[in-house]
Amino acid sequence: MELLLPGIGILFWTLIAFGIVYYILKKFAWNAIIKGLDDRETNIADSIATAEKVKLEMAQLKSDNEALLVAAREERAIMLKQAKETKDKMIAQAKEEAKEQAAKIVADAQVTIQQQKMAALTDLKNQVGNLVIEISEKVLRKELNDRKEQENFIHQLANEVKLN
Amino acid sequence: MVAAFSLFCLHITSPVFAQDHTPVPHESAEAKLDPAKIILEHIQDAHEWHFFTLGDFHASIPLPVILYSPTKGFSVFLSSRFHQGHEIVPYQGYEMTGNKIVATDGTTVYDISISKNVLQMMLALLILVLLMTSIAKKYKTGQGVTSAPKGWQNAMEPVITFIRDEAAKPNLGPKWKKYFPYLLTVFFFILINCLVGLLPGSANVTGNVAFTIVLGVIAFFIILFSTNSHFWGHIFWPPGVPLFVKLILIPIEFASFFIKPAALIIRLFANMIAGHIIILSFVSLIFIFGEMNFFAGWGFSPLSIAFTVFIYFIEILVAFIQAFIFTNLAAVFIGQAFEGGHNDIDGHADPVIL
Repeated sequence: MELLLPGIGILFWTLIAFGIVYYILKKFAWNAIIKGLDDRETNIADSIATAEKVKLEMAQLKSDNEALLVAAREERAIMLKQAKETKDKMIAQAKEEAKEQAAKIVADAQVTIQQQKMAALTDLKNQVGNLVIEISEKVLRKELNDRKEQENFIHQLANEVKLN
Repeated sequence: MVAAFSLFCLHITSPVFAQDHTPVPHESAEAKLDPAKIILEHIQDAHEWHFFTLGDFHASIPLPVILYSPTKGFSVFLSSRFHQGHEIVPYQGYEMTGNKIVATDGTTVYDISISKNVLQMMLALLILVLLMTSIAKKYKTGQGVTSAPKGWQNAMEPVITFIRDEAAKPNLGPKWKKYFPYLLTVFFFILINCLVGLLPGSANVTGNVAFTIVLGVIAFFIILFSTNSHFWGHIFWPPGVPLFVKLILIPIEFASFFIKPAALIIRLFANMIAGHIIILSFVSLIFIFGEMNFFAGWGFSPLSIAFTVFIYFIEILVAFIQAFIFTNLAAVFIGQAFEGGHNDIDGHADPVIL
């Protein structure tokens, strides 16, 4: 049957065509395509690996950040506490000082008052003495208007003065 | 599209035939429909590219005939020289009987014409080469390497990686890179010819036994040059079997070495020719019914067209499957030829005397 008998022409041309096509495609197509695909595959694999690494790094960084944040918070709390303590201490100290100062002032004032009082008393005494002397003088002056009485009085005084 | 194609062909062929057209009354023998003859004519090679016949008019392109005769040397001329109107006439001492060209004096003649199959194969391969080199150029410029692939790259890439991952790597192991260009070439060689062969009006290239023989013989030589001593050792002295079994096994093993590529040849040939015959048969059914009765022909045509479309889709699938099977089996056979070598860790655990 003719269908099963290979024609020499087609055998010949197919062989030549296959050879040429194989040569051309190998030289100009397959190598470039295979290389391109390989390059891209390594590219993608590298990219995925890098992305994974970056992800891990990010997670590490995040946990680091969180740790830092926690530490910062703790530090802040401690600082706040310390500040409060310091403040309380300062207030207490100031109060104490103020109290002492006040007491001192009060004490000083009392001393001064005492002194003033004493001075006033002395002054008063002097004034009263003067007044007494004045009044006595006036009284005496009036009573000594007559001679007799004057003499009496001198006598009296003379008598009072003791020569001791 | 088909109509446009036919019109186009009609346009370029009509001047060629204008001079040959003498008003010879057409034989009335064509009234009798012979589907077997028509189908066989369609699936066989020819020296002219025939598209359709309309009354007396044959829309066909004459193709160059190249002949070599040991006595007369080369002769090159157009196949239309054999036609004079509807007469078939001898030319330069050659004559055409059916599809064959023989010398009128009975001497041997080698016909290496650019026949319909050869021309179509060349056109298909031209498409393949242009397509693949344009894709390769894109890869070279970085398109598809550092950026997303575009256009035909997307179409071809999965196919190429499929052959790499399903045929080359599993069967050839670490040597896959050496054989990969061959496997890709053979796959696309078969695929493009199968697909182009499915276009209406085109030739049945992959269903031609000569075409598949060439591919099978190439595969045979590649297998042959890939063999190692381990492989031949297994064929001529199968280890671990009794002597009388060896005597049976040796010829079988030796024959299998030739049967493997022969199976490749026959599988591809039979599959592709069968597909074409089925499609042509369904189309012929319309005319067979039409000859019986005008209405039967028209009535049957939707059913026939539906079947044809269905088979067409299957044929497209078959084109891919056959191309892949040929490639995959070639890879398997090549892999068998060098497996079990001394540096092959996955090979047989046969005792090796060092």
